[in-house]
This record gives sequence, structure tokens and C-alpha cells, in this order.
Amino acid sequence: MPKLTVNGIEVEVEDGATVLHACEEAGVEIPRFCYHDRLSIAGNCRMCLVDMERAPKPIASCAMPAGEGMVIRTDTDRVTKAREGVMEFLLINHPLDCPICDQGGECDLQDQAMGYGFDSSRYEENKRAVEDKHMGPLISTTMTRCIHCTRCVRFATEVAGVPELGAIGRGESMEITTYLEKTLASELSANVIDLCPVGALTSKPYAFTARPWELTKTESVDVMDAVGSNIRVDSRGAQVLRVLPRLNEDINEEWISDKTRYAIDGLRRQRLDKPFIRGRDGKLAPASWDDALGTVAARLKKAKPAAMAAITGDQCDAESMFALKRLFDKLGSGNIDCRQDGAALGGARAGYLFNSTIAGIDEADALLVIGSNPRIEAAVLNARIRRNWLATRLPVAVIGPQMDLTYDAETLGDDPAILADILSGKAKFAAKLKRAKKPMIIIGMGALARPDGAAILGKAHEIADAYGVVAGDWNGFNVLHTAAARVAGLDLGLMPGRGQMDVAGMYKAAEAGKLDVVWLQAADEIDADRLKGAFVIYQGHHGDRGAHIADVILPGAAYTEKDGIYLNTEGRVQYAGRATFPPGEAREDWTIIRALAGRMGVNIGFDSLDELRAELFEIAPHFANQDEVKSARWAKFGGRGKISSTPVAAALDGFYMTCAVSRASETMGQCLTALRADRAQDAAE
Amino acid sequence: MLKDEDRIFTNLYGWMDTGLAGAKKRGDWQNTARLLKLGHDEIVERIKASGLRGRGGAGFPTGLKWSFMPKEVGARPHYLVVNADESEPGTCKDRDIIRHEPHKLLEGCLVAGFAMRAHAAYIYIRGEFVNEARRLQAAIDEAYDAGLLGDNAAKSGWKFDIYLHRGAGAYICGEETALIESLEGKKGQPRLKPPFPAGAGLYGCPTTVNNVESIAVTPTILRRGADWFAGLGKENNTGTKLFCISGHVNRPCNVEEEMGISLRELIEKHAGGVRGGWDNLLAVIPGGSSTPLMPQSVCNTMTMDFDALREAGTGLGTAGVIVMDKSTDIVRAIARLSYFYKHESCGQCTPCREGTGWMWRMMERLVRGDAEIHEIETLEQVTRQVEGHTICALGDAAAWPIQGLIKHFRPEIERRITAHRTAVAVEAAE
Amino acid sequence: MSIDARIADDQPDSFAFTRENEAEAKRIIAKYPKGRQASAVMPLLDLAQRQHDNWIPMKAIEMIAAKLDMAEIRVLEVATFYTMFNLKPVGRYFLQACTTTPCWLRGSDNMMRCIKDRYGISSGETSECGRFTLLEVECLGACVNAPILQVNDDFYEDLDYASTGALLDSLEADSPLPVGSVTGRSGSEADGGATTLQDLKPAE
Repeated sequence: MPKLTVNGIEVEVEDGATVLHACEEAGVEIPRFCYHDRLSIAGNCRMCLVDMERAPKPIASCAMPAGEGMVIRTDTDRVTKAREGVMEFLLINHPLDCPICDQGGECDLQDQAMGYGFDSSRYEENKRAVEDKHMGPLISTTMTRCIHCTRCVRFATEVAGVPELGAIGRGESMEITTYLEKTLASELSANVIDLCPVGALTSKPYAFTARPWELTKTESVDVMDAVGSNIRVDSRGAQVLRVLPRLNEDINEEWISDKTRYAIDGLRRQRLDKPFIRGRDGKLAPASWDDALGTVAARLKKAKPAAMAAITGDQCDAESMFALKRLFDKLGSGNIDCRQDGAALGGARAGYLFNSTIAGIDEADALLVIGSNPRIEAAVLNARIRRNWLATRLPVAVIGPQMDLTYDAETLGDDPAILADILSGKAKFAAKLKRAKKPMIIIGMGALARPDGAAILGKAHEIADAYGVVAGDWNGFNVLHTAAARVAGLDLGLMPGRGQMDVAGMYKAAEAGKLDVVWLQAADEIDADRLKGAFVIYQGHHGDRGAHIADVILPGAAYTEKDGIYLNTEGRVQYAGRATFPPGEAREDWTIIRALAGRMGVNIGFDSLDELRAELFEIAPHFANQDEVKSARWAKFGGRGKISSTPVAAALDGFYMTCAVSRASETMGQCLTALRADRAQDAAE
Repeated sequence: MLKDEDRIFTNLYGWMDTGLAGAKKRGDWQNTARLLKLGHDEIVERIKASGLRGRGGAGFPTGLKWSFMPKEVGARPHYLVVNADESEPGTCKDRDIIRHEPHKLLEGCLVAGFAMRAHAAYIYIRGEFVNEARRLQAAIDEAYDAGLLGDNAAKSGWKFDIYLHRGAGAYICGEETALIESLEGKKGQPRLKPPFPAGAGLYGCPTTVNNVESIAVTPTILRRGADWFAGLGKENNTGTKLFCISGHVNRPCNVEEEMGISLRELIEKHAGGVRGGWDNLLAVIPGGSSTPLMPQSVCNTMTMDFDALREAGTGLGTAGVIVMDKSTDIVRAIARLSYFYKHESCGQCTPCREGTGWMWRMMERLVRGDAEIHEIETLEQVTRQVEGHTICALGDAAAWPIQGLIKHFRPEIERRITAHRTAVAVEAAE
Repeated sequence: MSIDARIADDQPDSFAFTRENEAEAKRIIAKYPKGRQASAVMPLLDLAQRQHDNWIPMKAIEMIAAKLDMAEIRVLEVATFYTMFNLKPVGRYFLQACTTTPCWLRGSDNMMRCIKDRYGISSGETSECGRFTLLEVECLGACVNAPILQVNDDFYEDLDYASTGALLDSLEADSPLPVGSVTGRSGSEADGGATTLQDLKPAE
């Protein structure tokens, strides 16, 4: 813990800290462009120069390890001159196009030019012009603005694990590009836009859309996967214009996936903005709320509780699910299921949580992945696994198909029998798992959303017990969900009890003509055709699979349009904020259920969101503890049945279009097209 | 004048056999094992005692540099890297060692490598020296065949390998950390220091990078004794040195001379004097393009050593003496160097990437006089904004020649600006 | 020059080392410690260039990347950073003329003028016959033998207008002059007789 002084202020910093950190510790702000906390140190922009006693020239504070007794000054003439000089150099070849630059208003160069720039230029030569580069559908480039900080190159290489960006040429001719201008093949690619300190890399879908000061900023939570990335939703009027990451060290740090960022144009397409009722002609026709609720009420009243069922979707907020469950309870039906994919989850909480927490990945020293592709199912979380691998060469093995995870992983095969081989110590990875002090298992829906999922879960439990995956303070048994709603749904008991129907049961009943009514709450990842035999109520926001088979559509709110509670795969409770109102006549979901209950004369016990939450907290008190993870006690879970020989797959077979919102997104469609084109080209070669 | 018997590079001009047999006749590879018997640390001590300062430009004491290597070899092997990327304008001495005295270099590698407990040396030779690289590779092969390199190098019991690595056109790779990057298969972009190469250099291992000449003289120093070497030259500037005398002299040449020789003697004795006589001398760049020029008035009494030249505001650098007579367009001569630095900037750090281009473009205008008088001040300030603010010394090297020009030839620059202005006015009037 | 302009538009569909070069590549890679095979990238690019008429096609870059387990962009970075890698075709005689100050002081302008007079080409251009490509280069490191013209691998030294012409004549006849100084100097000794080491000079 070296002690040093900065401008006469004595500070003590961690071992390994830099002079820049020490300055920050002393409350002295250091300007910088290339330096970034989460990237390797480049030291190339030279903006962070400071004076160090006995050094003949100013030093780059970002790169200099803080040493005992150092005397640092940032307030000398020499430092000011150095910074002004660097700033001038950065500006001489930087275009004066701020008025048409999307970075305007949130540009590091603009901001720091205020502090260190001159009000006029003495550069009399021609400014450099650099050809723009193609980087795919998300990243717009204006390379003349580039200041060569190489943050983007370092991000792609280090964090994203796709070394596809580089700086070719040299000197003033140096240019940032991908190899032959291919699309940057990463699920995290657009983070380079945030990292770019200038307007060289900007958001293509958001190009020329708004200025930052026009936007209403709402803190929220992403639902495109179960990571629960913290986001800021920027909106203007009724429209969500962009999504940016919010810092959360325990979850997404400061990254978000491309889907989190860019599926939002899907919020404007295929929207259900008024109620519909399927007419005698078999076609859906717009209807009033009154008629729609009346129709639903009549159907539910007529139906026997045993012949009504509900499925909740993967992006539902806890409140909506709770309200629906409460309604079904009051109607006397327990046929409700939050597991559209039929995943064998439920029972002890430790059996459906990412118990180590996401931050716990940093500590793991061996990792077994079963039936999951974390890169596409939880891209940000995968970056954390990669970081551990980069730092420690974390041994990783996968039971499932061969896949490129951005780090070395041993593919053990996709035969579920390998689980038994691991348990017996026969599999090659067993020894590494045994040696590990903090072994980790990540089991995904590819292993659990199958008929023998319970047995696989049970086998994984046995492996965990045999290899010390749960020991002392460490619980490395992790379920990686793909559904943002899943943990809340399970915690709230949206599962059938004994003798009641789960999703598979509902399919069977519908096909047998024994299901009168099924309520789909934004449930679109279903085998819709198999439900056609029932009267289908679709409560949701997009005209997707569920709506297509609906007899009544009750238009609800998408995740940006309501206040809601979500529990991520760790079980972390997070509150999302409403950024805009639902479109047209669509309503926030809990109010739809409340209105219907009123119509049916059923008292569900709340008239406001606060009252709803109070009721919810009664049965699940931990939902009140925002940002907290209630850890689960290690217990028995999973089954002991026979495991089939069906190969273990990953949960998702693609990244970009995985939900009603992303399927409606043109941007996601473009990404998929670009990915396929690049793959086809690679295959041709 | 240095006596031939005190010259180290007796085959500097390639008159004799450059192969192993010829080299042995000149004393190379004679009982090398006995030199190594001195022990690692004793060799370092003797090189320190000889006063040898690095011949690549910076003049850092060679023995001291070697002593920075860890005294124990841990998990990471030690490396000697020889900088044969000779690219500093005005400098062509290492080329002669490589093509005419390759075995001095190879034996030096073994001695120096042994001293720093390295079992391998990489010689990084500039890519354009294709034939020189072939010659050196042939010498390496010869040395292996003769058992002078390999598992029991020169029967010393020390395993030692030498690998030749060719560059591909980048002046910056003469900077030691850029050279290491390049050797690792990357762009030649200098590293941030710390860590220094002796701690973490090639492949993250302890590494010392030395100039060809520095390494090639070490066996002779050990054979003839540190005292012999230290007895030549001046205090703190000892020994002999290869000088390259180019430009406006009657007979440009390379020559090995004593450190501290007077500039005038060097030029007149060995290079046939300045074209048109000493009085026709305009200026000299004494140590390769990076060192600021000296006008004739300074040249008259200058001696060629690190300290005297530094006191005069310039430097010995690589001892590449570029002579310019009074016919020289001095502004263009420096502008051409500015272009060189712009061309060779690696582009990594801001002041150099942006500053070298700016300085060159201003210099081009000054060549024509197409500028305002106050822009001389601007240019001078820009050089100060580059100097001392970059990752490596290329920024400084780009700034100094211009500073030297402005310091000594400001009236000439002003004259051009005025003349240009008059010409433009006349043209407009016509 | 922008990077795009440095890369040939017309690219071959494939590139592979010849069997001899494949063996040479193996020898080169073996010079570097295990796992440090990326060190071989420059020599392999050079090898590819020598095999492929003095320029490197993109397919060679991709092949080398795969061979050395490097990302393609990293190899392209290297190929574009160092000036000796040609990414588009050059003439059979690749003339690299040093015009840096020491050569310029000794009349490199005359050397350039001779080439221009003869073929009408400036730096970066190829003669109409396609056999000569001229590139102005930075210091070649033979300053006491200035000015220098490098023809493919070989240095021609001490050139003036007339001797440059004679050199070009010899190239046109595909019978190049002996490599080195055109004035008969054996090395870097002073023209007309060295001032040192004379006693050691073997009798001719």
C-alpha cells in the first residue's frame, strides 16, 4: 500500500494502483482519452501527463505504478502546457463537424477541449481525411474523427474476445478497421460506441436521431436475457430512442449486449395497441376494452377451474405474474406455469439460482458448462468468464455441442452420459474439477428444458456434491436462465401443484379438447399450434406467436413501459422504471388483470401498484430488497429418473432474435443477415 | 590519430577474408572459453571499467546496462537482443561490422550473452540489409559448424544460440522496446516503461538490447583489457568509435577513430575535408539526424564525444556526421529530416503522430518561405509540445533538428519569408 | 497514401507456400520458443512476398494467420506497418531510391531525375513497360556511399545521373551491374584510398 503525495495531499493506494488512481484518490481529476479502467493500459493519448519529482519530463499517470514516497504534481505550468499541447494535437486533424456529430453533447474531446483547448486554431495545413470503414449494421464510422486511442481495438481483443479490430498502417496514416471491413462478430460489439471518446464510432440505428439533452433518461433493467443488465432507457415523448448501460459492478459492469441495446426498434413494430376479438369469420377485429374484458370474463366464468390454464412469458414483470396468479387462485385454478420451455425447475431455490452470483465467476478456478452457450445466452456474463480465463487460464469444459465461447473450452461431447462419467471420475475433466478449490457448474436450459431435465438436474446436483462445488462459503452451482422473468416466476410459485397442469399438460389437454381457456401472458416461446383447441387469451405487447392464435387480445406493456420488479438469474431483485407509456390503448399489465377481476366481481386484493407490491411482499418478502440477492440454502433438488441419450443442446440456437421484441426488430434482423452473410463467405473459403 | 594497432575493426573495409578463417587470423574466437572463465559478473565489471558507452545513440554505459539483468535465472530465460536495425540517417557503421566483421559481433554475442546469463541472442537486422543478413547468416552457420555456437559454445560449457531476425522497413524498430514488439511479431510500437526490458523484455523475459558496435567491441576489450580501452579517448568518453562521415566532404567514409577526436581533424584527415575547404562549411549534424546541427562557428573547436557535444546542445548519437557546405539549402535539408520522422512515426501516441506531420508541413512551407514570421515561433512551440511528451524518443528526435535549425539559422528562415512575400507582391502588381 | 490504395484490387483466389517454402517456414518458426510462433510473422510475410512476384496477396495473409494462430487483422497490421511489404504488384525491378538528407546532399535528386527522364515515373509509380516500379524510401543506412538506389535486394551506391542511367541500361538488358558502389569502392573506405588500415590491406 504505497503512500504518495499529489499536489501536497497525502494518499495511500492499493498495491498495483497507478499514479492516475492515486490522483483520483486525492480528488484530482486527470483528463484522459485512451485510459479505461476495464481495458489494458495503452498510454498513447498522453493527455494524463503529470509531473513526478525527479523525473526529467512529465509522466503518463495512467501507466506509471504508484510508488512509495512519490511526489506528484498536476498543477504545474509544465503539466498544463503538456495537456494543452496534446489537446491541440488531437484537434488539428479533428474535423469541425460537431454540429452534425452524434457524439455532440457527450463527447470527451468536446468536454476536455473546454478545459484545455484554445478558442482558435493555428493549424494552417490541410486537415487529414480518412475513409470510413464498414463495421456492420450497428456501428457507424466517421474515421476522420478518430483520435487513435485504440479503446475499441482493446475492447474487441480483450473483453469481447474477438480480435477483429486493429489499427493498420502507421504514423498519421494509421487507421482503425476490421479485417477487410468485415462485420465485428461479437454480441458485445456496440460497446465500442460507448468506449469511443469521440464521434468516430457512433450508433448506426440511432444516427441523427436526437441530442442527449432532449432525452428523458430512465434507469431500468434489461429483459433480453436473464442477466439483468442495468440499463438507462433514453426516450423522447412516446418513443424509446436508445438504451445505454448503467454501471453495476456485480452484474454487467458497464457493458450490455447488442440485443439489449438494439432490440428496441422492435418496440415500435408489431405492437398490440388495441384490444382484439376474434370474430365469427375467424379474423381478429379491433374491439373496445369493455368488449374484450367482457368476453374474457364470460369465458372464464363459464370455464371450470380445472379446464383453465395460464402461461407467463419470459419477460414478464413480477407484478404481472403475481396478479395473474392471484386471479387464478381466486378462480380456483392452479394450472399456471412460468416455464414456457418446460424446464425442469422448481423446488429448492438453490436448484434454480446462479448461486455463486455473477461476480462469483471471478473466483472460480474450474468451470463445467452443461447445456448452455453463455456467449449467446448471457453475453455480458460470458465476458466475465473470459476475463477469468485470460487472467488465470480457467479450465472450462462443456457438455453440449462444439461452440466458440471466446475462450478455450474443452468440448466433452453432447452425450448426457458424460455426466455419469464425470461423477465416476472417468471423464477427462474430472481431475481438473477435483483439483479446483472453487469449482463451478453452469447448467443451462439446454440441459433442463427437456423431458429428462429433472434427472439431469439431479445428476448435476450429485456432481456438485461429489466435487465440492458447494463448500463453506462457496456455492458454485449455477443455473443460467435465459428468461428474465423466470426466477421471479418460480419464487412466486407460478408452477402447478400436484395434479395440476404444467405447460406440457396444457398442450395435451388442449389437444384432447379438455382445456377451455388458456391465458398467455406475453408467452410467445410456445408451441402455439398445440393450444389452438382452447380459447386463447393473449395478454401482451407484440403480435407474435401467442397473438396469432389468440381469441382475445388484451394489449399490455413492454418492459420499458411499466414499473416492474425483475429477479435475474442470480435471484437479484431489481426494479425497472417506466420510460414511456404503452402505445395506443395498451395498458400496464397488472391493471388489465385488476380491471378484469373487477369485471368478474373477484376481489384480488389490490387497487394500486403499491398495494399489489405490498401483497406480493407478504408472500415473497425478499422482493422488497432492491438490488439484493437472497442466497439459497443448499438442499435436495432434481430427479433421479432415467436420462435419455438425446444430445445435450445449448438453450438458444441464435443470439439476435429470441423474443417478441427482438423478432420485431429490424436492427436485429440486419445483424442476423450480416452474420449469415459473413458465415457464408467464410464457409465458401 | 588512432594507430592501426589500436583499431578494433581491422577489416572494416572488407579487404580481408570476412569468413571464420580470416576472422580467426585477426584474433576473433581465440580462446573465447578463457574469456568466459572470468565469470558472468567479472565480465560485466570489466566492461564497466572500460568505460564503454552504448554505441547506438544514447551513450548509456554498457556494463551498467548489463548489470540490470537479474543475477539469478528464474523461470524466465534471459535474452540478449542485438539491435542491428541501423536506420538513423547519417549512420552506416553497423552495416560494415555485419558484412565485414560478422564474427566480432557473434563472439561478442556469446561473451555478452554469457555475462548476462542468456542462452540465446536474437539479432534484429533491418530488412533492407538483405545481403548483409545473408552474410551474417553464413557467419552464424559457420560458427555453429565450428562448434563456436550451440550446446557447448566455443567449448566453454555454455549453451548459446544466435538467431537472425530480419526487420521489414521501420526506423522505429531501432527503439529497443519497439524492436522487442517487432520481434514478437507485432507492429513496432514502443512499449511504456516501466517495466524496463531487463525486468520484462522479449516474451516478458529479462532482456538486454545492445547496439551491434557495442557488442562487437566487447571481446577485444576483454582481450586487450579494460585499461587499454579506457586509456583511449577522454574521461567518461573512452575507447574507439566508428564514425560515418557523409554529405559535403570530398571523400565520404567510415572510419574508426578515438573518441574525442576533433571534428575538424576527423573531416580533414579521413574524409578529404569539406568540399571547397573548411571555410566553405555551413553546418554539421554530428551524430545522426536526431542530433541538432551545429553551425561552422561551433564546429571549429568541437571534439567528437558524448559530453562535449551534449554541452554544445547537440549529441554524439550514432556518430553519423553529416556535413553541409555553404551551397546547402539548410531549410530543405532539415525539412527532409522532418519528412523522415513523419514517415517513421509509429502513430501510437498523439504528440508524435500529429506533431511530426504538422512540423513537416510547416517546414515545407518554410522551405518556400510561404509562411508568416510568427509561424517560426509557432513551429518552435510545436517542437516543444512534442518533445518530452511521447512514449519514446522519436518525438524528441523529430523536434531537435528543427530546434537546431531555428536556433542557428533563424535569419535564413526570415529572409525566405520576406523574399516570398516580396515575390508574391511583385506577382500581384504585375 | 490511404490504406485501401496500398492493397491490390485484383487478388488471387488462393495462396499456398511451395513445398520448399513450407519447409523453410517450418525452419523459421523453429527459431522462436514454443508458443511464440507469432514472431515468425515478418519472415513468413517476406517468404510469401518472395514467392509471389514481390507482393503479398490477402490470401497469403490469411494463410499465415492460420499457420501462426494469429488473428487476420493482426497479420494485416504487421503487413501494413512495415514499408517493405508490398500489397500490390510491383515491377520486376523494384527501385527504392533513398532521398533522405545524406543521400539528398550527395545528389539523390539527380538519380531520381534520371529515372523520371527515362520512364516518366515518380515515387509509387510503375513504368509503362511494367518492369520498373519506383519508390522513394527513407534512409537505407549506407550514407557514406550516398546516394543509394536499392534494386530488389541489392544496393547500388555512389550514383549520379550518368551512372544511374548506366545501371538502368544494365537492368533493361537483364544483366545488372555488379552490386555495390558504381565508382569502384569496395566498401565504406574513402574514395581514392583509405586513410587507415592501409598496412593491413592485402596486396592485390
